[in-house]
Amino acid sequence: MALSHDDVREILRIIDESELDELSIETEGFSLHVRKGGGVARAEPPQSVRSAAATRADREPPPGSPPPQADDGLIAIPSPMLGTFYRAESPGATPFVEVGAEVEPDTIVCIIEVMKMMNSVPAGVSGTVTEVCGENGQLVEYGEPLFRVRQP
Amino acid sequence: MKRVFIPNRGEIALRIVQACRDLQLECVVGASEPDRDGLAARQADRVVVLGPGPAGQSYLRDDIVVQAALGTGCDAIHPGYGFLSESTRLAERAREHGLVFVGPPTEAMALAGDKLAARAEAQRAGVPVLPGGKVTSVEEARELAARIGYPVLVKAAGGGGGRGIKRIRDEGELTALIGLARSEAAAAFADDRVYVERLIESARHVEVQIAGDRNGAVVHLGERDCTVQRRYQKVIEEAPAPALAEPTRRRLREAAVALARQIGYQNLGTAEFVIDADSDSDEFFFLEVNCRIQVEHPVTEAVTGRDLVALQLRIADGSPLGFAQDDVALAGHAVECRLNAEDVTRGFMPTPGTLSLFSVPERPGLRTDTGLQPGAVVPPFYDSLLAKLIAHGDDREHAIDILLDALEDVDVEGVETNRAVLIGVLGHPDFRAAAVTTDWLERAIR
Repeated sequence: MALSHDDVREILRIIDESELDELSIETEGFSLHVRKGGGVARAEPPQSVRSAAATRADREPPPGSPPPQADDGLIAIPSPMLGTFYRAESPGATPFVEVGAEVEPDTIVCIIEVMKMMNSVPAGVSGTVTEVCGENGQLVEYGEPLFRVRQP
Repeated sequence: MKRVFIPNRGEIALRIVQACRDLQLECVVGASEPDRDGLAARQADRVVVLGPGPAGQSYLRDDIVVQAALGTGCDAIHPGYGFLSESTRLAERAREHGLVFVGPPTEAMALAGDKLAARAEAQRAGVPVLPGGKVTSVEEARELAARIGYPVLVKAAGGGGGRGIKRIRDEGELTALIGLARSEAAAAFADDRVYVERLIESARHVEVQIAGDRNGAVVHLGERDCTVQRRYQKVIEEAPAPALAEPTRRRLREAAVALARQIGYQNLGTAEFVIDADSDSDEFFFLEVNCRIQVEHPVTEAVTGRDLVALQLRIADGSPLGFAQDDVALAGHAVECRLNAEDVTRGFMPTPGTLSLFSVPERPGLRTDTGLQPGAVVPPFYDSLLAKLIAHGDDREHAIDILLDALEDVDVEGVETNRAVLIGVLGHPDFRAAAVTTDWLERAIR
């Protein structure tokens, strides 16, 4: 069973409205760990990160969505939603993927935060990561490329 | 206030961008993917893509809207009309994060959104409401309707703007439909409360523009007549209301101000009324309060000479109104029509498509509000408004003539439009004589 982004969003909504503080879900090829409340270390980027990101974003309007398959054999992983891009589960933790990493469609590559809701983003494609386009802690738009992957 | 987030599209997003420019505010448009290259997006300082085309995944996501506003360094959100403009959730969420929400206080929004509560406040303010009230059972509904007299309307407390209304002719229909009305209300508005009101069969729709500031000052900016409607959706609007006895006009405006004071209203709003055209004295009744800029605001701007969107922004930023009731002077007459992408021959079905040709003439006294240019795509996800044409003349006849003349030269290819219907209405002797009611257009089309 593969969970879609909508499923994840729905799960997060249910958790948010529930009494639960913490939840782990594991299905085949997918695991989700959510914690809520004051102790959500990975949910809160430092304020300085956020404002720095905003300033940078102001100077450089994000590029448009690329064609799904570029001529050079690279494919983009587009952001499934607008939100704040996090490369790792929590500040200081090892990023989900680095350049050179092999990904499968269900490999989690990053987290997009929308109003403290952490949305895990699967690669959606197989291949080797050749570029990390998104900047950690920065606002990404819907459809904005997060990574580029060379398909096998 | 320095930088305003605009999570909206089309002509109203562009209108807000322009008001921001005039006030030297920066602005960021939050657009859906198909709207990212729209006029508003291009004229703003920046655009961010909120999500894909369907509004439920973009313009209606209050979490994404607030995240986008914060992430782009905005300190205010102007929601426009439609979408989240009357969402207390968005207003609350924005304010929680330190953003200015350009609209009334959340409490006033909540009250206006609850049509039964608004009705009760109107009564408290001494504003006439239609005979009726809340019903919770078939028996109660039957008893109330019998007392009021058929036909009646069954309305959803969470509805408004023409949605969630059922017309009931007799007791048989009431018995058959009241349960359905409640379950439909629950599904559409997450609120199954319904109420019964007397149906005014020969009705005119008149609404008063009000504005209030945080010091408690409240003024009206005259009224608009929006009687020409199809299925509760306005087609032609004008200001001031024609064929209205002066004492009635005065009482209407006073009622709107009294209601605004009663509920502690701030910022721009509209009090809607229905006038019984069959009564000798133009008897009027309160319908609802709208907590947003309205589609038809340009007719009020034309006759008052005031920029209502700029006024919204200034009030939200904490400025006083800056003018008193006596300073509000009305000049001439303004008429607006809504040019829609719809196929009149197929039940006014929306007709999305690409505008291979889109040309609206320029005329003295004519203002056109549109977010579209030739080559633009009218996406299937949203309402079918292509453009609003607003004529301002010395008097009503003059304004109508400017509009008719302009409509004759409107050229649209690629999508079907309701242009012929607009021309038909504006030239019709009944409309010319201001002798129309809210059901007139549908009868005239048949």
